[in-house]
Amino acid sequence: MSEAEELQKLADKEYEFGFVTDVEADSIPPGLDEDTIREIVKRKGEPDWLLEFRLKAFRHWQTMEDPAWAKVKKNTVNYQDLIYYSAPKPKKQLDSLDEVDPELLETFEKLGISLEEQKRLSNVAVDAVFDSVSVATTFSDKLAELGIIFGSFSDAVKEHPDLIKKYLGSVVPYTDNFYSALNAAVFSDGSFCYIPKGVACPMELSTYFRINAAGTGQFERTLIVADEKSTVSYLEGCTAPMRDENQLHAAVVELVALEDATIKYSTVQNWYPGDADGVGGIYNFVTKRGLCKGDRSKISWTQVETGSAITWKYPSCILQGDDSIGEFYSVALTNNHQQADTGTKMVHLGKRTRSTIISKGISAGQGQNTYRGLVDVKKNAEDARNFSQCDSMLLGDRCGAHTFPYVEVRNPSAKVEHEATTSKIGEDQIFYCNQRGISTEDAISMIVNGFCKEVFSELPMEFAVEAQKLLAVSLEGSVG
Amino acid sequence: MSENEKEGSMILEVNDLHASVEDTPILRGLNLNVKPGEVHAIMGPNGSGKSTFANVIAGHEDYAVDSGSVLYNGIDLLDLSPEERACEGIFLAFQYPVSIPGISNAYFLRSALNAVRRYREESEVDAVDFLQLVRSKMALVGMDEKLLQRSVNDGFSGGEKKRNEILQMAVLDPKLAILDETDSGLDIDALRIVAEGVNALRGGDRSFIVVTHYQRLLDYIVPDHVHVLSQGQIVRSGDKTLAHELEREGYSWLDSGDKPKKSETDQKVQEAS
Repeated sequence: MSEAEELQKLADKEYEFGFVTDVEADSIPPGLDEDTIREIVKRKGEPDWLLEFRLKAFRHWQTMEDPAWAKVKKNTVNYQDLIYYSAPKPKKQLDSLDEVDPELLETFEKLGISLEEQKRLSNVAVDAVFDSVSVATTFSDKLAELGIIFGSFSDAVKEHPDLIKKYLGSVVPYTDNFYSALNAAVFSDGSFCYIPKGVACPMELSTYFRINAAGTGQFERTLIVADEKSTVSYLEGCTAPMRDENQLHAAVVELVALEDATIKYSTVQNWYPGDADGVGGIYNFVTKRGLCKGDRSKISWTQVETGSAITWKYPSCILQGDDSIGEFYSVALTNNHQQADTGTKMVHLGKRTRSTIISKGISAGQGQNTYRGLVDVKKNAEDARNFSQCDSMLLGDRCGAHTFPYVEVRNPSAKVEHEATTSKIGEDQIFYCNQRGISTEDAISMIVNGFCKEVFSELPMEFAVEAQKLLAVSLEGSVG
Repeated sequence: MSENEKEGSMILEVNDLHASVEDTPILRGLNLNVKPGEVHAIMGPNGSGKSTFANVIAGHEDYAVDSGSVLYNGIDLLDLSPEERACEGIFLAFQYPVSIPGISNAYFLRSALNAVRRYREESEVDAVDFLQLVRSKMALVGMDEKLLQRSVNDGFSGGEKKRNEILQMAVLDPKLAILDETDSGLDIDALRIVAEGVNALRGGDRSFIVVTHYQRLLDYIVPDHVHVLSQGQIVRSGDKTLAHELEREGYSWLDSGDKPKKSETDQKVQEAS
């Protein structure tokens, strides 16, 4: 079999997580107006202040337009056709995992997220979000002993309203952009995490997002607050069934790091990318931003983006505290007709603030991969430093890589470095590997993993292994 | 000539091989027989088809075989993929070794060794055993151990690249090794070191095909047979003295159609027409 045929065969392999779980859903009919929002609030039993927040966001959203500046081609999303709330029944308060619908547990089991298993064995606490609601959180009790709050956003609204009121929208205001406004209006659940002063969270915290129901959008909201001298490492994973329509995922993630606190946020995004002809797939329009509020605080984003039809996200850091540090490590892969417009913003406000950007874009098939980044050094940011490295790798000759680095410096003491490379996996490299006994498939995966090494080394161990496998699967069929 | 040589058994039998690159015929009826343990040199001017021959044997897809056959230990070599050929024991030392940024030399070599071992249904080698093995082989080619952690051929000097090829050969333990212009770009010291590495691997049933433009390399790697390739055919074969003759006479006689003065050891020309 020729290389091309081999690769084609592998390309035809189906998306592994494309199944649908048959659970009875409690949904609000499609459409969006103020009554929809009131209905969400009612079903979730939310307080008036949150209703007000949502309505303000909704009214603002109505004045905005779908942004068109990203280097992506997309179908128009008809926001009146979407379902904004879909929860698996029964919707009673769960006291333990044993009460979770076995059908749902099985779903997460199939996804490799065994909630039962997690409970007993591994050192990862998981909040599992299924469509619009959080269905289970593991390890909550153990974490509570340390004063760590980790669980669904809905619970946090009821149990810790002061924290939510203080921080909700403080990093990503609803006015920020079209999707953050929409999210603020209709978000249904997500994770909330608070690490108290001086506590180093002893385990990885993780949220697993699953879109299941057809015609729904997923609008979750994650808020992580790390109090003074605390540290936390947080993981996020996502999958969705295979469907012909483009499903919308418009999440907002806000991180707040107070003095001497460290937040490490890792994402492995594997939403359904659409089929080989570009039909279907998730529109992943996400706003992620971290505020290094206190001095010497640090926020580190690591993302491996292999899924979605379109990825539009820029995990960013506002470096407000003096000596605070922002990091962004990214691998974005586009195969077939996938498009990614992703990068970061590093806004230097405090003195001696430092940021590092390492972006690896891999384009295969007819994939289009855009790095878009901003390094913004403000007037008072004495001795700020940035190092950016954007590398692109092309597989085949029908894909594209684009780099848009923006730099704005208003303080003359700043040091900003930018490096960029573009490379191609050459047939000569593959033949060289073949001649040493290594198959084409293994050669590509080895070369791409080598290319992404600096980013993978930032991921927690288990995630790094997962990311490597995912990359290999996503790349299958990409050369030829 | 090897003592192990068994009359009649061939490791490689090339019969009337025609091959082309982008529809341009390069090999036009090449014949060659190699017995286990033999070292054959293929010499010839630029464009005679030396590298094409090496690449066809290794299975490079840019080189199309138009007709003829190649048997390797009695099996049809042309039916096998490049990686299967490698796993079956064919090793090509590249004229221009390819660099692979981001992959350490050690990781690459271990992946290759384990791919070959899996194919042979042998157990994979763990990192500790591998390091031991590779260290002993590095001494053979006088290679700095630091090169193990560097990316494959990335930023290597010409000499380091060629030594790295010989190191890979030593680790992968092939049955038939083809050296494609291994002497190109090497100074005399590097040439000697590379040749010593190759000589250390000679012996037993391992066969070599040494492809070279110049006789210089053959002072160090002394061949059992020398063949002259011209316009895609072997036009003359002889023993090592033929190489010296070519050194004196050059290749210009090929163009004129005349042959240099016949040497006493000259053998029958294989299918020169």
